[in-house]
Amino acid sequence: MDPDDAKLVAALRAGDEDAFRRLVDEWHSMMLRVAQIFVPSRAVAEDVVQETWLRVLGALDRFEGRSSLRTWVFRILVNTAKTRAQREGRVIPFSALNDPGRVPEPAVDADRFLGPDDERYPGHWSSPPRHLPEEELLAAETRERIAAAIEELPATQRAVISLRDIAGWSAEEVRNALDLSEVNQRVLLHRARAKVRRALEEYLSPEDS
Amino acid sequence: MTVADVINCQELVELVTDYLEGALSPADLRRFEEHLATCGKCTEYLAQLQATIRVTGTLTPDDLTPEAETALLEVFRAFHRGTSSP
Repeated sequence: MDPDDAKLVAALRAGDEDAFRRLVDEWHSMMLRVAQIFVPSRAVAEDVVQETWLRVLGALDRFEGRSSLRTWVFRILVNTAKTRAQREGRVIPFSALNDPGRVPEPAVDADRFLGPDDERYPGHWSSPPRHLPEEELLAAETRERIAAAIEELPATQRAVISLRDIAGWSAEEVRNALDLSEVNQRVLLHRARAKVRRALEEYLSPEDS
Repeated sequence: MTVADVINCQELVELVTDYLEGALSPADLRRFEEHLATCGKCTEYLAQLQATIRVTGTLTPDDLTPEAETALLEVFRAFHRGTSSP
């Protein structure tokens, strides 16, 4: 077992509230986003996270360290959320996780490229990416826009981009925690990033300007 | 993903994530880079996507609400009350 994970497990078993609070602080927002893949309501998702922690605490003795503690907790979260969704009679959007490529979703609108019938440059930009002023990229308002664009994504895309690009998880850990194939993890990330880029372009460089 | 020998801009934008994730086959990687070398617009697109990732990386996860923290601490305490009794 990873030595840091071993320390955390020992602290949690000993009832160390500070250790628990630090984990909750660090993971809660991501746990909510993952729960909301299955149960969209914020209130129910909060409930699922509580139930997850109860299960985690009860199962700590069985944590063997074959994955990181974080991955293990998120897998319990996913199972808890799925069970809860079933209990509430929700149709679990398995397809969103398992088959995101079924419905095509272009990264950039087709009308920004020359059509397939164009004699010289089919599929080349007709309306190229508009310039984004570098100095405004990190402005507070830009960052708020990006946060809002992520908020508006479908729940699976939102969870994947949040884990990868906000929390900085590796592709492999996201795949393991959410039980995603390599390809599907990439498809979800690709779509999410493309939409956020589009939002950035629309905000920093509106079409009519 | 297999693509024709030469890729156009519309195809390139769909390969950007595979490119950044190191998931392109050697042949696709070559086509991707050959296209980029002569296409300023796609180079700009790639730069914008990388800028997007960079800015997203500066966001902080939403703060835990005090209510949620209290509720979770209660879960933690209740669990330990339940297991620590002799």
